[in-house]
Amino acid sequence: MANSVTEQIQGLWNSDFSVAYVQPTAFAGLHVLEFVVPLIIAVAYLTYAERKVLAAMQMRQGPNVVGPFGLLQPLADGLKLLAKETIIPSGANRGVFLFAPMLTFLLSLVAWAVIPVNAGWVVSNINVGVLYLFAISSLGVYGILMAGWASNSRYAFLGGLRSAAQMVSYEVSMGFVLVSVLLTTGSLNLTAIVDAQHPFWVSLMLFPMFIVFVISALAETNRAPFDLPEGESELVGGYNVEYSSMTFALFFLGEYSNMILMSGMTSVLFLGAWLPPFGISALAVVPGFIWFALKVCFVLFVFIWTRATLPRFRYDQLMRLGWKVFLPFTLVWLVFMAAVLLYNHALPGMQGG
Amino acid sequence: MSTEDKDVASQTKIKPFTMNFGPQHPAAHGVLRLVLEMDGEVVERADPHIGLLHRGTEKLIEYKTYLQAIPYFDRLDYVAPMNQEHAFALGVEKLLKIKAPLRAQYIRVLFSELTRIINHILNVTTYALDVGALTPALWGFEEREIGMEFYERVCGARLHANYFRPGGVHQDLPAGLADDMYEWAAKVLKFVDDMESLLTENRIFKQRTVDIGIVSKKEALDWGFSGPMLRASGVPWDLRKSQPYDVYAEMDFDIPTGTTGDCYARYLVRVEEMRQSARIMRQCLEKMPKGPVMVDDNKVTPPKRAEMKNSMEALIHHFKLYTEGYHVPAGETYTAVEAPKGEFAVYLVSDGTNKPYRCHIRAPGFAHLQGLDFMSKGHMLADAVAIIGSLDIVFGEIDR
Repeated sequence: MANSVTEQIQGLWNSDFSVAYVQPTAFAGLHVLEFVVPLIIAVAYLTYAERKVLAAMQMRQGPNVVGPFGLLQPLADGLKLLAKETIIPSGANRGVFLFAPMLTFLLSLVAWAVIPVNAGWVVSNINVGVLYLFAISSLGVYGILMAGWASNSRYAFLGGLRSAAQMVSYEVSMGFVLVSVLLTTGSLNLTAIVDAQHPFWVSLMLFPMFIVFVISALAETNRAPFDLPEGESELVGGYNVEYSSMTFALFFLGEYSNMILMSGMTSVLFLGAWLPPFGISALAVVPGFIWFALKVCFVLFVFIWTRATLPRFRYDQLMRLGWKVFLPFTLVWLVFMAAVLLYNHALPGMQGG
Repeated sequence: MSTEDKDVASQTKIKPFTMNFGPQHPAAHGVLRLVLEMDGEVVERADPHIGLLHRGTEKLIEYKTYLQAIPYFDRLDYVAPMNQEHAFALGVEKLLKIKAPLRAQYIRVLFSELTRIINHILNVTTYALDVGALTPALWGFEEREIGMEFYERVCGARLHANYFRPGGVHQDLPAGLADDMYEWAAKVLKFVDDMESLLTENRIFKQRTVDIGIVSKKEALDWGFSGPMLRASGVPWDLRKSQPYDVYAEMDFDIPTGTTGDCYARYLVRVEEMRQSARIMRQCLEKMPKGPVMVDDNKVTPPKRAEMKNSMEALIHHFKLYTEGYHVPAGETYTAVEAPKGEFAVYLVSDGTNKPYRCHIRAPGFAHLQGLDFMSKGHMLADAVAIIGSLDIVFGEIDR
């Protein structure tokens, strides 16, 4: 009897329908989990790392009670949030209110589909990876905007407004930075971008763009000194002021996984992802994904370091920096780079010709 | 535009975006409730509400003996308790026509300046926190805690000292405290330097504070500002120099003044005051003579414990002082001290009994808070937060 059940299941599994639809879906799902589970763990421990690093910079201890060295703190925090009651304000638009954190969290995970963590280790190696990333990170603003509007609170409303303005302004200069990277690589595929190696002078030209990108990434992820949408000393928490329990946790996870995503993008676009640093081939014995992780950690450290050091911008100053400094600079630098590359016959399409 | 449209435009009243800022707001510095009328992010009107921490201190003092009134002064501006005790002690001494012994005066000045440093540490670092810089606040509290420990060693309490008494101070410094304080007075400068390295030349910090909340010389005088708020606007007025009390006349220190009267100038003035206070602390400890710390008049100050074991008279004095208290000759006095936040004063009226007839308290923060509206008009929400930070308000003294 038992035998026949297994046979039946095997039969179903090998049926035409299964081979055509169920099997690929299952494999894809597993493939996604391979990325999502480590990512969630990374997010949990990023919060721990942030608290520890900040604590060290501020002459404190940081979490050290739950588990050895406080290592179980993120789990305890997660459990606490999970066990709490989700409070929906009576004036809130329920549907939008609940959808906003889901969207934020979802988008921060979906973007990982195209990030290669090692040579060939990528969920979907699409040939317009950069565009995909750019589109997804632009959508991120909707989550916050919706949260700010649906909360029906003045702090949240102002937070949402600020967030929309901020993300839109920094995306423009970020776009120019991406175009400059494309100029030197000639591909929208992220794996191809990592593999493209430039002469030293091209890397040097990309360096200012790298700085602009990291700063814009801070603004995109609403991190200090651009944490205006939350600005706890002005807006008490901004767009997430009315959120509690898991709805808050989703925003929180979304923010941190966006931070990792932006660090991943920085590492893919500028730092050579899984390749050993400075092209030292002896270092290639270390597996590629470890190099990738180290580079991501480095950028994340810069994120946290900035938070410990700098005060917050004011809303109009932030806009001025975005529109009057970064935008003209990236535009001019892009034209300059294009001209230099053209003059030296170093544009990707011109190679050998 | 047709005439009809014009009519509609003139009749349409756009209601400003009102925001209730506080009393449960992280940047409201206590229980400030501020109703902001805003046009987008620009503040059109800031209406501070007071009274949420009103405890009726002045009235309560009328029902307490002079000695029992002192603890109330700790609880006014709980960030700088001893400076306020100082004003009351000086006022009562003036009415009683007594003068604290020299050593007591040095101790009072020493602790007043210690208090000024710990007050300014709290203000400057939380101000930085208000404009978004996290780290100075945590560094500052480390240093501040050491200052509080000196409080604890000298009087047993970290915060509510009840240490300055009419006629001197309650007890002499315990052994070793003077050395530790001398050492700390040098060490705290290192902290001030560290903190300045994070803020003073920081581009973002300057963008957030320079030209924000400007108070002109005239405005500062008109609105009754005092302390760093007045000095930052360029008025070199400090009661420690202009009408020195206790041993301030013998101290060598400078009064920093600003020129611009903006938030940044107020920050700089406070930072420099910390340095000057450390200088005064060191001078106090160097010059401090030996001797009694309380006037030797058992009608005002309690007798020594040992004396009470042998002397009937001493025991009676002790009993009378702690039940009935002492009678203060009829008269009135306005006695002001330069508290960290400005001119803190008591207006004391005595009718010859053992309780004050009236004790009005002049709190500097009250005058400063009034200025919030004109200071923040036309600035953005984030600037209003910076301005509140630079006012250095503590609601204990404003609401009394």
